[in-house]
Amino acid sequence: MVGDKGVKKLLIISIFLLPNMLGFMVFIGIPIISSFVLSFTEWDLISSPSFVGLSNYIQLFHDDNFWAALKHTLTFIVGYLPTVMAISLAIALILNQKIKFKVFFRAAYFIPVVTSWVAVALIWKWLLNPTYGLVNYGLSLVGVTGPAWLQDPSWAMVGIILTSVWKDVGFVMVLFLAGLQGIPNSYYEAAEIDGANRFQKFWKITLPLLSPTTFFVLVISLINSFQVFDQVMIMTQGGPAGSTTVLVQQIYNHAFRYNQMGYASAASWILFALVFIVTFIQMRLQKRWIDYGQ
Amino acid sequence: MDNSISQTVRKTLFYSVLVFGALIMIIPFLWMITTSLKTRGATLVLPPQFIPDEINFANYQRVAEVFPVGRFFLNSLFVALTSTIGQIITASMAAYAFARIEFKGREVIFLIYLATLMVPTQVTMIPQFILMKYLGWLESYRGLIVPGIFNAFGTFLLRQFFLTIPKSLEEAAFIDGASHFRVYRQIIMPLAKPALATLSVFAFMQSWNSYLWPLIIVSEKAKMTLPLGLSLLQGRWTTDWNLMMAGVVISVIPVLAVYLFAQKYLIQGITLSGLKE
Repeated sequence: MVGDKGVKKLLIISIFLLPNMLGFMVFIGIPIISSFVLSFTEWDLISSPSFVGLSNYIQLFHDDNFWAALKHTLTFIVGYLPTVMAISLAIALILNQKIKFKVFFRAAYFIPVVTSWVAVALIWKWLLNPTYGLVNYGLSLVGVTGPAWLQDPSWAMVGIILTSVWKDVGFVMVLFLAGLQGIPNSYYEAAEIDGANRFQKFWKITLPLLSPTTFFVLVISLINSFQVFDQVMIMTQGGPAGSTTVLVQQIYNHAFRYNQMGYASAASWILFALVFIVTFIQMRLQKRWIDYGQ
Repeated sequence: MDNSISQTVRKTLFYSVLVFGALIMIIPFLWMITTSLKTRGATLVLPPQFIPDEINFANYQRVAEVFPVGRFFLNSLFVALTSTIGQIITASMAAYAFARIEFKGREVIFLIYLATLMVPTQVTMIPQFILMKYLGWLESYRGLIVPGIFNAFGTFLLRQFFLTIPKSLEEAAFIDGASHFRVYRQIIMPLAKPALATLSVFAFMQSWNSYLWPLIIVSEKAKMTLPLGLSLLQGRWTTDWNLMMAGVVISVIPVLAVYLFAQKYLIQGITLSGLKE
């Protein structure tokens, strides 16, 4: 039997939890479930939805645009992820030394992180202008004729990757810096007594002890890069000649341009599945290369 | 001797890399500003002029004439502030329950929250849109604000912080007959100020910079936020970069101001949320 005390406790818990939980259910929980259900229907929001079984998924499987978007998304990830991680790690390693103006440098690298993607994409669209852009002007100073960037199907994705690396370096760097600061100094001191040189210290201490951070950075950057959208939408809208269409753009187009709610939902679940599989594989592999210390 | 030379070489190399990198980060913003002060003709000159011959602010005036940038700005501010406040209140209360009150099923509910962190927003976006449509919340502030209040991230971040506050503090208060509401308001919340500040900065920036959600639910200029309004500039002036950059400057300056004030909390928050689990 629940006594007076129990009822009171339940009331207290409800007051604390319910505002958040109700909203969470309405805007996150139920939408996740409905999206899954929707993915087995056909619905244009005008007539009533009809159940079509797996047909959306089968259609997606035969949809050339979908495969092209998947390919471009993967191209983006392959170009973006190693670049942003390598540059951020290098800068974090330098900033972790005794450096003057540390706060200034960290702030400078972080400015693009807080700037909206729309603003960044517009600035870079102008920088990458084939004729009057600053990037090609800079290249011409060192004797290189720059490409037409966003107007050239084989360079447009490179332009988007460059811009994305530029925007995210500060964010990833801050994560690496936090990881580096968590490595106790005593490890390095002990290694020095044993006569270890700089490279040995980097390979034997820094990299292994940083591996949990590296893993975390890898997981969240990968999840985020599967969802690349804003920059593509502003910089190329998927062009030229469809060379930069990405998955989220497909979802957006089907849902909000062609009113195919079911089809778009199915595509969003494929995106979720990809994110899930990749995260799952990384979780499984982490034990092999991550050193959580003792 | 040898050591100090290699030390100097290394330091020089480090500073060169940092300065070069910082220039790459800052020049695009300077370029944005100088472009916004040029005439259209001056943007189409080779070699590019860093400091225009003739500085004019007319671009800002023209952008403001055609686009209600003031309105966009106020919309963004209103939406970002209200959704941040909503998130702080609801998330902190839930986090208090998760961290400080023992009850059956607590861990399970919290795990469900956590699991949703993995679901891409694109999955919830379509049903959310349909919901907005049926509630009649399209083209409204409610539609822009309310869904943004709820996500697992804020609750998670605050719960982790609340867990680090020693229990002994509130035990004394309970003995004195304080209620959970008093402990929440007078002990936990004041102690959690750094975490609350962090979450506020995060929530504000996220809302301020958000593009996809406003794009989906708003098409009237009167309700547009800055990023969405800015994307419209592009359709109108494809080659008038001086005008476009003036619009971009207007949207970038406020958030940079917030950033410079709140830098500490933002970076603290990234490290907190990222690495302590």
